[in-house]
Amino acid sequence: MSEPLLQLQGVHTHIGAYHILQGVDLEVPPGEFTILLGRNGAGKTTTLRTVMGIWSASEGSIRFEGQEIGNLGTPDIAQRGIAYVPENMGIFADLTVHENFVLAARGAKRSADMDPKRLAWVFELFPALRKFWQHPAGLLSGGQKQMLAVARAIVEPRKLLLVDEPSKGLAPSIIQNMVQAFRELKRTDTTILLVEQNFNFARQLGDRVAVMDGGRIVHTGTMASLAGDEALQQRLLGLSLASHQ
Amino acid sequence: MNPSPPAASPLDELPRVRRDLLPLALIPVIALLGVPLVGSFSTWVTLTFAGLAMGMIIFIIASGLTLVFGLMDVLNFGHGVFITLGAFLATAILGPLAGWTTSERILLNLGAVLVAMVAAMILVGLVGFLFERAIIRPVYGQPLKQIMITMGGMIVGEELIKVVWGPQAIPLLLPAGFRGSILMGEAAVEKYRLVAVVIGLIVFAAMFWVLSRTKVGLLIRAGVQDREMVECLGYRIKRLFIGVFVAGSALAGLGGVLWGLFQQSVVPQMGGAITVLLFIVIIIGGMGSVGGCFIGSLLVGLVANYAGFLAPKVALFSNILLMVIVLLWRPEGLFSVGKQ
Ligand SMILES: Nc1ncnc2c1ncn2[C@@H]1O[C@H](COP(=O)(O)OP(=O)(O)O)[C@@H](O)[C@H]1O
Ligand SMILES: [Mg+2]
Repeated sequence: MSEPLLQLQGVHTHIGAYHILQGVDLEVPPGEFTILLGRNGAGKTTTLRTVMGIWSASEGSIRFEGQEIGNLGTPDIAQRGIAYVPENMGIFADLTVHENFVLAARGAKRSADMDPKRLAWVFELFPALRKFWQHPAGLLSGGQKQMLAVARAIVEPRKLLLVDEPSKGLAPSIIQNMVQAFRELKRTDTTILLVEQNFNFARQLGDRVAVMDGGRIVHTGTMASLAGDEALQQRLLGLSLASHQ
Repeated sequence: MNPSPPAASPLDELPRVRRDLLPLALIPVIALLGVPLVGSFSTWVTLTFAGLAMGMIIFIIASGLTLVFGLMDVLNFGHGVFITLGAFLATAILGPLAGWTTSERILLNLGAVLVAMVAAMILVGLVGFLFERAIIRPVYGQPLKQIMITMGGMIVGEELIKVVWGPQAIPLLLPAGFRGSILMGEAAVEKYRLVAVVIGLIVFAAMFWVLSRTKVGLLIRAGVQDREMVECLGYRIKRLFIGVFVAGSALAGLGGVLWGLFQQSVVPQMGGAITVLLFIVIIIGGMGSVGGCFIGSLLVGLVANYAGFLAPKVALFSNILLMVIVLLWRPEGLFSVGKQ
C-alpha cells in the first residue's frame, strides 16, 4: 500500500470535560474510498471535525500528505485541499445555490471564473442544482441540500473529501441518486473518507472500511471482506445497523 | 457577478422566487398611522422627513453593529463611542474649514462636509481597529465579559473625548447652504434632512451592492449564517470580522458626523444616549440582517419623531413598544438570518 494521504495516529480529542476520541488510528490511502462505520455516538463526526481542526486534538498526530496538520487552523487545513461535508450539510440557506457554489470555489471571484467543464460535470451529477441555480438554498428539499453540500465540496478539485452521513434522513430513491454520484466520483480517483451508519449505502461504495466504537477504531480492512462476513458484521456493527437498513 | 447557469432547457424554467417584502410595508403603514395621530398634514410631512432622515442616520450607525453581532456573536456596547468620536472630529475639521462652510457656494459647503465625513471615517475606522484588538479580541465567546468590557470601553472612550474636547457641548453649525427649509406645499422640510436621506440611501445602496455582488459580501452573509462552514471552505473568518468591524466603526463615525450636524451640537454623551435605540433597531430588524436593520431604522426614526411630537416623554417607550409588537409578530425580528 502506498503512503496514506491522511493518517491519524493515537488521536485524542476532548470536548469540554469529555474525553471523546481515545486514541484514534486511521489511514486513508490515496485514490480509495474509505468508509468509517460505527454506531451513533462512536465518535465518527468528532473524528472528521478533529481532522478539520474544528476541535483540536489534545494528543496524537494528524498527517496529510506526510505533513503534520494537527496544529493548523481550519481555513489552512481546508486550503491544503481537504473538503468537508458536515453532518448538518452547512448550507448557507439565505444564499442562492449559485452563491453557495461561488463561495465553495475558492479560486473564483464570480461564477464566470468557475471552470465551465467542471460545472457541467457537477450539474450532470446533480441536475436539480442547475434547475434551482437562482433559488435560495434554504428552499431546497433535504436531498437537494445534501446534493448541494456534496457539489460544493467538488466544484473545484480537492485532494480529499470528508463526508459525514450523506444518506441521513434521505428517501431511498435519493440515496440511490447519491450512490450514483459517489460512484462517478470514485471513477475520477478522488480520495474519500465517508462516515456512514447505513451499511447498505456503505457497501455499495467502499473500498476500505474502518469501524469505530467508543472513540477508537476497532476494525480496519477491505469492504469486500466485511461485506462477505456476516458474523463479523454482526459482531462489529451489532444491532444498531438493523435499524438503519 | 452575473449568474448565468449553463444552458438549461425551457422545461427547467421555474417560477421566480418570491422575496419576503412584507416588512417593507411596515414603513408606509406606520407613516400612514401617523397622519390621523399627528392631525395636521403639513406637520406630518415635516415629521415624516425628520423621521426618515433620523432613520437613515441610525441605519448608517447600526448596520455595522448588526453585522458584528451576526458574524461573531459580539455585542459591542461600546459602538456609541464611535458616533461621539465622529461627531467631535466633525467639529475639529469643520472649524478650520469655516471659509468653506460659510461660503455662499454650495459646492464648497458640500466639499467641507465631504472632507469631514471621509476624515471621520478614516480616523474612527482606525480607532475601531485598535478597539477590536484591545477590547473585543480578548473576550471572544464570553458574552458576559464582552458586555462588561465593551461598556467599559465606552466609558473610557467618553472620558478620553472629554479630556481632548472638554465636557461641554460644542456647537456644530450646518454649512450655509444646508440651513433653512424648503416648502413642500404648506410643509417646511429642513434641507439638511433631505441631504441626510440622500446620503443614507447612497450608503444603503453601496452596502447592498457589496453584500450581494461581491465575494467579500457573500462571505459576510455566509459567515453570519454559519461561520464554521465558511472556515471549512478555507476562508479566514477572523480577518473578515476585523474588516467588518473596522468598516462598521467607520460608518458609525460617518453617522456621528451626520447626527452631530442633525442636532447642530455635540456632547460627549451623545453616542451613549443613542445606544439603546441602536439595539432596538437591530433587534427589530433581526440580529445580523442588514436589510432588517434598514427597515428597523426607518421605523424607529418615524416613531421617534411622531411620538416626540405627540408625547415627548414617552418617545423612547414608544420604540420599545414597537419592538415588542414586531417581536410578537416575528420573534426573531423582521428578517431572521437562518443561523445554524
Ligand atoms: N459538542 C459536544 N459536546 C459534548 N459532547 C459531544 C459533543 N459532540 C459530540 N459529543 C459526544 O461525543 C460522542 C461522539 O459523538 P459523535 O462524534 O458525534 O458520534 P457519531 O458521529 O459517531 O455519532 C458522543 O457521545 C457525543 O455525545
Ligand atoms: Mg455523527
